[in-house]
Amino acid sequence: MSYNFKETMNKPERLAPGHRMCAGCGGTIAVRNVLRGLHEGDRAVIGNATGCLEVSTFTYPYTAWEDSYIHNAFENAGATLSGVEGAYKALKRKGKLDAVYKFITFGGDGGTYDIGFQSLSGAMERNHDMVYVCYDNGAYMNTGIQRSSATPMYADTTTTPVGSCSSGKPQNRKDLAAVIAAHDVPYVAQTTFVQNFKDLHVKSEKAIYTPGAAFLNIMAPCPRGWRYAAPDIMEICRLGVETCYWPLFEVEEGKWTLNYEPKKKLPIEDFLRPQGRFKHLFKKGNEYLIEEFQKEVDRRWEDLLFRCSR
Amino acid sequence: MAADLSRLGVKASWKDLTEGMVIAGAGTSRDFHTGEWSETKPEFLEDKCKQCLLCVPVCPDSCIPVKDRKRLEFDYDHCKGCGICVKACPFGAITMEGVE
Amino acid sequence: MGKRERLSGNEAVAIALRQINPDVFPAFPITPSTEIPQYFASYAANGQVDTEFIPVESEHSSMSAAIGASAAGARSLTATSSCGLAYMWEELYIAASNRLPLVLALVNRALSGPININCDHSDSMGARDSGWIQMYAENNQEAYDNMVQAYRISEHKDVRLPVMICQDGFITSHAVENIELLEDEEVKNFVGEYEPENYLLNPECPIAVGPYAVTDYYMEAKRAQAEGMRHAVQVVKDVAKEFASLSGREYGLFEEYCLEDAERAVVMIGSAAGTTKDAVDKLRADGEKVGLLKIRLFRPFPAEEIAEALKGVKAVAVMDRAEGYSNQGGPLGADVMAALYRSRSEALAVNYVYGLGGRDVRVEDMEDVFAALKQMRQDQDPGETYRYLGIRE
Repeated sequence: MSYNFKETMNKPERLAPGHRMCAGCGGTIAVRNVLRGLHEGDRAVIGNATGCLEVSTFTYPYTAWEDSYIHNAFENAGATLSGVEGAYKALKRKGKLDAVYKFITFGGDGGTYDIGFQSLSGAMERNHDMVYVCYDNGAYMNTGIQRSSATPMYADTTTTPVGSCSSGKPQNRKDLAAVIAAHDVPYVAQTTFVQNFKDLHVKSEKAIYTPGAAFLNIMAPCPRGWRYAAPDIMEICRLGVETCYWPLFEVEEGKWTLNYEPKKKLPIEDFLRPQGRFKHLFKKGNEYLIEEFQKEVDRRWEDLLFRCSR
Repeated sequence: MAADLSRLGVKASWKDLTEGMVIAGAGTSRDFHTGEWSETKPEFLEDKCKQCLLCVPVCPDSCIPVKDRKRLEFDYDHCKGCGICVKACPFGAITMEGVE
Repeated sequence: MGKRERLSGNEAVAIALRQINPDVFPAFPITPSTEIPQYFASYAANGQVDTEFIPVESEHSSMSAAIGASAAGARSLTATSSCGLAYMWEELYIAASNRLPLVLALVNRALSGPININCDHSDSMGARDSGWIQMYAENNQEAYDNMVQAYRISEHKDVRLPVMICQDGFITSHAVENIELLEDEEVKNFVGEYEPENYLLNPECPIAVGPYAVTDYYMEAKRAQAEGMRHAVQVVKDVAKEFASLSGREYGLFEEYCLEDAERAVVMIGSAAGTTKDAVDKLRADGEKVGLLKIRLFRPFPAEEIAEALKGVKAVAVMDRAEGYSNQGGPLGADVMAALYRSRSEALAVNYVYGLGGRDVRVEDMEDVFAALKQMRQDQDPGETYRYLGIRE
């Protein structure tokens, strides 16, 4: 699919201003740009797991959504949209509806990786014609920065606090994109905000217009939870990609493709250093923690290269 | 039929609330002015702008309107002054206090 | 014209659903309700319905998907029992607060633990405050008839609340009994086309469902929801009246059996009412003035009407097929006693817990209850008002 940046930016906005997400939020950057993947004239029903995005974009009586929108609960965005998509099929079959609708649901990593995982897995396995978009900010930000299974190792969160006996979260993050790819759905991709958003846009359009279930995992930094200066979000994302912490890839009908390979892979310190949640890693004596982090990034990167070279 | 927000203020009677708290209509959040959250705002220096539009996708608040492939003045009613656009501009056409 | 059949309660409900031909049916199996989606899946597989049947991965998802479908503008439902209902608990509240017309075919079963697959009402009784209309059946005919009436109540513009159609696990769901079915066309015409007002798939106007509501709104939202429940009583009566003209079978908010001149009465829900009717018949034959009030509509609770029906009764036993763990008895006991108090009744009243986890209730058990009521009258003292029926001491 070709990408005309200016034409894409010229499309009507589908997330209205006046929502109450924090200044500098990565979540709404993800939403706005995913929704630009919809073709003009096509309608959509947007689903949403409980989380920052939901409480901030539909605070009664103010909805920021230009399309029909449903929030049900925290752990069931996949199932809820399954029902909406089922209704669409039934009403079409019965000749009660002409318009074309697309189904897109958003969840944070809490609603996606963790509490909503079963519902997501079910919806993907049943291959509903929908896109599940995870805006992954690597912790439960809405309730105040608690760890999730998407939280990177050693991150300082309010439930994995750094202390005299703790270096932050002891475990590695779950590789959810790979887990969903193992569901054998038609389309899975991982992306974030880089350059002129071509990667995110093309993947969104593919995800929306590929028949069947699709999953997008979007790294969407949270300035409060990650403790970096809000204006730096694009640099944080660039470093996530250049260090191979957050590789850009897609899986189409089981075929893995690496979308970007850094010319020179940057050391993981470059990604960790600007973030307050990793501040403790840079204390004298903690060099081994960074080495371990680097080792895990390298292992996953090699694994991804292998999958993509088959 | 779209909901009439003028009847749905915080002093509304229970009889005035929409059934099931459903809001018919779209983008009603425009009536909520998040621009009041912050005094510090980006400034658009139009003469320096090359209309590359790189500031448009990075705005978390949909506050850089685009018309005929050209960006317009900021939507200050809603801009929260996060400063992301300042860093995204390659031409120094956006400035904001405290952001280099 | 009706046609006579011999069917289990589950098959009867499944046939009602085939005749209704809803748009979306997400379901997850759980004993003893499993047969309902099974029968329905075979109707779908054979083109007898054009419903989107979605075999989901859990009950939480079946209710979530049913809510999504209903919000989208489709007629939807699910079926479940026991732990399945417990698992979808939060969704029950969401369906009701969104004012979504929706039906749940509930086959009552004991809640764990210990795990038990047989009948009691602990599942639906726990959901009594969730904002759902609850209707109960004594037998398969009533389960079928209630299901045929369900969408007319749920979708009524003055109500727009979800409806739980309850029948007793195994006793009703699996026992095959004579039943009279309506013709397919009759059901179709009675139920009518669903015409939602605001819905997600309305191309004319998008909507947003499920907001965050701050304190300024939350209480008003709940009060507005209660208004639907207030209207439900009249709508249940109106729909029943129309149904009677179609089927010849009459329903109210509850059934009064030999109650008119009764001095002693039992109030209960579900299949054991049939057993109680036998006990009443037997005692009436001996000249004893006993009667039964069988609840059909439990939510909303028709308290004034029940108190009125019990006006002449001197001693009442309220039978709960669920524990309340209040050290006072069960939920029906609490509601009926409150109704009696509010009507300034002077009747002596006791509350029995019975039939838990499928414990059989025999005619003799109910005779014992009436005998206990007799003793209470003689003593002019209810004694212990919180009792267990048929328990081994």
